[in-house]
Amino acid sequence: MDNAIVATHPHTHETAIAAEHEHVVLPQHRHHFETQEQQREAATFGMWLFLLTEIMFFGGLFFAYLLYRNWYHDAFVVSSNQLSIPLGAANTAILITSGFFMALGVWAAEVKKQGLLVLFLVLTTVFGVAFLGIKAVEYHEKWEKHHIPGASFDVSQFTNPQAYGLHEKPLAPDMAQKTQIFFFLYFAMTGMHAFHMVLGIGLLFWLTWRARRGEFSAGYVAPIENFGLYWHFVDIVWLFLFPLLYLINRHPGS
Amino acid sequence: MSATSYTIVNLPDQRTATLPKRSYLNNEDGLLSWLFTGDHKRIAILYLISITFFFFIGGAFAGLIRLELLTPQPDLVASDTYNKFFSMHGIIMIFLFLVPSVPATLGNFLIPIMIGAKDLAFPKVNLLSWYLYWIGGLFTLAALVLGGVDTGWTFTTPLSTHYLNTHVVTAATGVFIIGFSSIFTGLNFIVTIHRMRAPGMTWFRMPLFCWSNYAASVLMVLGTPVLAITLVLVALERLVGIGVFDPTKGGDPLLFQHLFWFYSHPAVYIMILPGMGVISEVISTFSRKRVFGYTAVAFSSVAIALFGFFVWAHHMFIMGVSNYSALVFSLLTMLVAVPSAIKIFNWAFTLQKGSITFETPMLYAFGFLGLFTIGGMTGVFLGALGMDIHLTETYFIVAHFHFVMVGGMLMAFLAGIHFWWPKMTGRMYPESLSKLAAVTTFIGFNLTFLPQFILGYLGMPRRYHAYPPEFQVLNVLSTAGATVLGVGYMLPLLYLAWSLKYGAIAGNNPWQATGLEWQIQSPPLTENFIETPIVDHEAYDYEWLAHKTAQEVTTVG
Repeated sequence: MDNAIVATHPHTHETAIAAEHEHVVLPQHRHHFETQEQQREAATFGMWLFLLTEIMFFGGLFFAYLLYRNWYHDAFVVSSNQLSIPLGAANTAILITSGFFMALGVWAAEVKKQGLLVLFLVLTTVFGVAFLGIKAVEYHEKWEKHHIPGASFDVSQFTNPQAYGLHEKPLAPDMAQKTQIFFFLYFAMTGMHAFHMVLGIGLLFWLTWRARRGEFSAGYVAPIENFGLYWHFVDIVWLFLFPLLYLINRHPGS
Repeated sequence: MSATSYTIVNLPDQRTATLPKRSYLNNEDGLLSWLFTGDHKRIAILYLISITFFFFIGGAFAGLIRLELLTPQPDLVASDTYNKFFSMHGIIMIFLFLVPSVPATLGNFLIPIMIGAKDLAFPKVNLLSWYLYWIGGLFTLAALVLGGVDTGWTFTTPLSTHYLNTHVVTAATGVFIIGFSSIFTGLNFIVTIHRMRAPGMTWFRMPLFCWSNYAASVLMVLGTPVLAITLVLVALERLVGIGVFDPTKGGDPLLFQHLFWFYSHPAVYIMILPGMGVISEVISTFSRKRVFGYTAVAFSSVAIALFGFFVWAHHMFIMGVSNYSALVFSLLTMLVAVPSAIKIFNWAFTLQKGSITFETPMLYAFGFLGLFTIGGMTGVFLGALGMDIHLTETYFIVAHFHFVMVGGMLMAFLAGIHFWWPKMTGRMYPESLSKLAAVTTFIGFNLTFLPQFILGYLGMPRRYHAYPPEFQVLNVLSTAGATVLGVGYMLPLLYLAWSLKYGAIAGNNPWQATGLEWQIQSPPLTENFIETPIVDHEAYDYEWLAHKTAQEVTTVG
């Protein structure tokens, strides 16, 4: 008994080995992959699968949101009116800009321009932090209005909107309580999104540090590419959150 | 395949076999070389030790449950304590044993070798998943030590969110973290099977073990995140007091059921599919025949994974889902029986006219065939709406899923452990003792769970620590069976440990099996293959194996 499997195609085998040796072996090539191409494909495929799990993860929240939006439509509409469209739209623009710089960063890595790569990664980070800053302003406003779900949640703006200068129809007390579900889902969904942003920004610091050391300037770009996929995914989640939470059906009948 | 016309009946002479000088076991020394390893085989061993540990903790709770149910009176423990017993039993057995059992141990060890790769695609992620498993396990143990959880393993709302002051959040955090361990294992398998196959190893040349683990991995990757977000919501509801599942605040407890079972029904296929893969390998090897209807068996795994996502509401027939959705889910539930039956029939046809030998793995596999069939058929009873309303929340359910999970999956796990033990350790276990264990397990299992079908049919509800005196005889039988079963599980632990030092040396291919893993040394080298194998034959080609000696090119190992 031995360790070799029957090799009945010596010719194919030799050509495979020859093909393998044509490439310049990068230091990042890991031993258990036959070729660097295989390593790169595996990493990208793994990233896509991970993003699929992320879709399922957010999917549960989206499902809950759509269900309750149907059930408690009136409460969801007036709560939705509490969100600021200018701030949300500004954040959307900021996030798309950040994603744009990320895409440029992937390009810079692929054409092996180290300086540009670092610059674009920094810009991506800056716009990501700006997004979180505006999000914090929005959260703070909810805090002041007692719209954070929990013991201090206050429905008086929804039962008696005229007293607050709002042009809304007052909600019956039991429907007004349902605004709490909107705000809970709002915080859960945007909070989970922001959590992914925070993780991403942490990774961006790490990638920038590595890029400054020149690790991605010699043809090894998989981490940049795969992080790009992640960052774009986080953008896309926001592109669904923004219309669902802020925009749709704000003033029915008007 | 014309393998039917040619069979190998003689096992090779093991007296001349020697242990290889260098293998993955002695490649590096010291505890740290294990704890920081990237080798899929070492991680598999780490997992094997870990899940065995948790299996015996979960088993101890099962023993306590059966001890309490020996008498109709609630005499051993208070009802709260009893609730904690079955909750911890369920949480530990499902999330810490059954879900990772075959994939994380045997799958981890074998899938790269079976497809001719040197390792899984992401060795570091693989190690990370083991650490996540332990972090989650420690959270679960913490919940246990701090006083336990009594929600049942299902974390049913609003019970779990409002009416209990036990350690729900700790346990839910544990399950959340273990979930990510499972996601990473599944992700690793899918990428490995897609991208790492050796030249010539086409999809339809892969062993069926790879197919079934692939199907289970798809379920892990798609289902587990939904469980994760559901548990996050439960924890937030408990901690912050928001009402997504709380009816007093407008939330819907049924939404929890939908989200929970959207994972937890596919999870039962995560648990059983890899076991089915083991059975395909074992039955083919000990019948000396290619698996009958290879393609049908391969696709039936995929079909089970697919159907598995569309049957979750059959856990909720009595919870107020609409009649129409109950009808649809009932029909879809029965459809799952089709691919499962395809497997059973194909295994039966594999046995037909095969040269069957009765080694220990084969005995466990026979146990699987009978017990899984009973478990599956009673599943069809429960899928029928009228029957379900009578039987749900009774011991009939308990017996049903234990037939599938313990009679099916645990039998398959033990079949697999015995089958690949010589490959993993290089040594044989004592054959007669292991046959005794297999038979003991089978008898003990039936004695434990057959009476529970009758108890459930007569109306004994599950999750109570007291019952009317007329049920005592059957409960005593069940407890007696559990004792026998316990002996049946202790035996392998003892003799497998014994065999590590004193077992006969196995040689490379003690069963004369055809998989790539049997063509390399036992235990394998760290890099599995000296050079990448080129595959030019179908799976389970016993004729190829017989002629292999004449063809092979020898290299030094």
